[in-house]
Amino acid sequence: MSNYQTLGTKGLQLREPLLWEKGRPGRIGISLPRRDVERFPQDSELAREDLNLPDLSEVDVVRHYTRLSQWNFGVDSGMYPLGSCTMKYNPKIHEYLAGLPGLTDAHPYLMPELCQGPLEIMYRLEQVLAEITGLDAVTLQPAAGAHGEYTGMRMFYAYHQKKKGPRSKILVPDTAHGTNPASAAMCGYDSVEIASNEQGILSPEVVDRLMDEDTAGIMITNPNTLGLFEENIREIAEIVHAKDGLVYCDGANMNALMGVVDMAKSGVDVLHLNLHKTFSTPHGGGGPGSGPVCVSSRIRPFLPVPRITKAEDGQYELSEDYPDTIGKLHTFYGNFTVMVKAYAYIVSLGADLRQVSQLAVLNANYIKENLKDCFHLPYDRPCMHECVLTDKKQEEFKIKTLDIAKRLIDYGFHPPTIYFPLVVHGAMMVEPTETESKEDLDRFIQAMKDIADEARQNPDLLYQAPTKTKVGRMDETEAARHPCLNGMMDNDR
Amino acid sequence: MRYLPHTQEDIEGMLKAVRQDSLEDLFSQIPNSCLRDRDLALPEPMTEWQLQEQIQELAQSTANSKGFINFLGAGSYDHYIPSSCKYLISRSELSTAYTPYQPEVSQGTLQAIFEYQSLVASLFDMDVSNASMYDGASAFAEAVFMALRISRKRNTVAVSKLIHPAYRQVLKTYLAPTNFKLIELPYLEDGSTDISPLSSCDDLAAVAIQSPNFFGCIENLGKIFGQVKQDRTLCITCFTEPLAYGLYKAPGSQGADIVSGEGQSLGIPQSFGGPGLGILCTRNEYVRRMPGRLVGQTRDQDGQRGYVLTLATREQHIRRGKATSNICSNQGLCATMTAMYLASTGASGLKELAALNRDKTEYLKRELKNKGCYLPFSGPTFNEFVVKWPEDLNKLQARLKDKKIIAGLPLGPFYPELADHTLLCVTETKTKEVLDSLLKEVSV
Repeated sequence: MSNYQTLGTKGLQLREPLLWEKGRPGRIGISLPRRDVERFPQDSELAREDLNLPDLSEVDVVRHYTRLSQWNFGVDSGMYPLGSCTMKYNPKIHEYLAGLPGLTDAHPYLMPELCQGPLEIMYRLEQVLAEITGLDAVTLQPAAGAHGEYTGMRMFYAYHQKKKGPRSKILVPDTAHGTNPASAAMCGYDSVEIASNEQGILSPEVVDRLMDEDTAGIMITNPNTLGLFEENIREIAEIVHAKDGLVYCDGANMNALMGVVDMAKSGVDVLHLNLHKTFSTPHGGGGPGSGPVCVSSRIRPFLPVPRITKAEDGQYELSEDYPDTIGKLHTFYGNFTVMVKAYAYIVSLGADLRQVSQLAVLNANYIKENLKDCFHLPYDRPCMHECVLTDKKQEEFKIKTLDIAKRLIDYGFHPPTIYFPLVVHGAMMVEPTETESKEDLDRFIQAMKDIADEARQNPDLLYQAPTKTKVGRMDETEAARHPCLNGMMDNDR
Repeated sequence: MRYLPHTQEDIEGMLKAVRQDSLEDLFSQIPNSCLRDRDLALPEPMTEWQLQEQIQELAQSTANSKGFINFLGAGSYDHYIPSSCKYLISRSELSTAYTPYQPEVSQGTLQAIFEYQSLVASLFDMDVSNASMYDGASAFAEAVFMALRISRKRNTVAVSKLIHPAYRQVLKTYLAPTNFKLIELPYLEDGSTDISPLSSCDDLAAVAIQSPNFFGCIENLGKIFGQVKQDRTLCITCFTEPLAYGLYKAPGSQGADIVSGEGQSLGIPQSFGGPGLGILCTRNEYVRRMPGRLVGQTRDQDGQRGYVLTLATREQHIRRGKATSNICSNQGLCATMTAMYLASTGASGLKELAALNRDKTEYLKRELKNKGCYLPFSGPTFNEFVVKWPEDLNKLQARLKDKKIIAGLPLGPFYPELADHTLLCVTETKTKEVLDSLLKEVSV
């Protein structure tokens, strides 16, 4: 092991009980408005008698969540190369902008003349997303990527229903994220799995063999989850279109392609974007995200409502008057504050978004080239924004991907996505993003090389990892076998 | 660019390391047929100052920026959010993390979500809450699908017409590609759901009732579910205003099998409708049929208490096309805000807040009646109610708008039979003085 200092070190972390294990009945952590009207009687048949919530002071609450936050690792803590999740830096100005009271206190049912600003932000965001993808129209309603996929599949369904009736199947590559077949299934489609070829991408011949007139179309992730560009996408799109099928592109990995690829030219009919990935909005420990869907002109009539329109006098309005629409997917218009942040990001970079993608791809290739001697690289080709390594070279020391991931934590890094894509045994999917500097990449590369050495010389270090975190490896089997999902209910633990 | 750390020297060195001559060469495997023909047509990059100026100006266009008094509710509610909650949620260890796949470095998120699940289950008197869904409407649609999965051979679901119209629209979007049948239950004179059509339905998987319903009326869930249950039909409740459960009987104690709805009211800003918080709770027996992430308690190798994502075999990354849903995330930060809010109010604060909402509403109802307004529905309400004004609605609205008052939501677009009625909402943020200013405008 080399003698440089690793990032991971000891730090004082405080224990903190569960909320209901602290506090005292009668405490309060909010300022209640003064009562200026009398008490009105309540129908006792409907009145609640018991309400079981802990009473805490403001200080109790502030210490509680401050301590909890200190047990967490975020992008602001350090490099978070979680493949396919695009954990890039989240600019702080966005938090200020999205938190402006004029926006946060706006009611969604304000009459249009009293909410022109929010409508204009959404309208402009739709425009710039159309420009970035090359597609024709955009809906911002889906609240997450999977919600966007569903929206896309639902529009596939509506398209075929309008033409010659619904179709029953959809083609999905074996490298696809699990949400793809799950979203398709919610629209009644049976997924037909397509195997990738030895280069890790789809072959037009295979698609040609499977595509028929009962198949609604194909879902392609591009770049795919191996970090490889689906070079045959245009040819595949032609095959699918020839049978009046449609092409869905999962745009989760758009961070590789901004300013480079034209999705319309590639033959894509519907594509979802993840604003929380490519467009830098914080992932929030799981959400809120936003999954806008961009479509070609022939899918445009099916977009969800309401749609934002701009009248000749420059006024923005919401319109539901689209007879072929699939309807609504969200109570209101989607995750508006996430849209504000993504819009702010796009206009801060403008055409430099192309450079964002170039540097994201450069960073991934740099990691791949530097690590392919220590770790097995199943597809040794130029990658896009992420690369997939495996634990094959560590097998002889009985070290698995999980051990490598856990040991990385001790070095001060969030582990990559592991065991995905499913087609690669022991996969480690590394996506550094463009916001990591060369020094940080070098530090990560060195950590991985050191771990490869440790695997050979002192595997116990890996089995025991992580050791510098508040808790060690968790018993996940026990968690699933005897689920304890509600700590305020009586249970035997 | 401040978000891009690469110097020219870095780029050159790294290109050399990957054996490429230029950044363009990194994309050489992409066929011409897929490449853009032209550069991105986007405006010149904005400085932080320009950006701030532009968004601030846009933010000033909204009614709230212009000092309007707003009586809109209908699924998005104006409640005071403690500064402590707003501050805590901005801690970037929480906001810049992702789904807690690696529990050892995510105990903050995991404990916060476990606490959220527990507090929310307790509020609704249910066994289990999931880690949250996108919003009220999608949580409701998922609740219905969950019920249909549990019932298996039954194909019809009955939904009250007093469920938020947008929730019903979303449900229709989700149901359209399936063979399931939807029937809508009409409403009675007192503003509650009429369940009499159920007696002629023999294929019923589930019944869904919202309380407080879209008219603000409290439904007698215990009575309705008591009748429905005899036929092994699943009982779903939905809500847009969970604060009501500080005062009213929780759906769990009234026989609900699945509880779904919107949590925005509990500490989340209105933000032009999103992000909100989809809440989904159920009974223990149905946990494995539930969609969404779940956090569970367990121990680490040294016996220390800790938390992990669990019961993943229901989910898309394992079951793929056969999963309980396609959802692969939650509204983590919003769920955490709601937990922070509930921790701050506690039981005593929540009860008093709820009482304030109800009492201020009752005050306005009484005084409006005294002014000659007609309140068509006699049932008990929480913080919303339907009113018919003594003058033409359009005239009234225009007149009040000039006085910077938004007098609620016109119901015509949702319920044509109530074309001249509006839905008014009163929360704890409205002082008596503000309520009196509305009353002053009502002409007898």
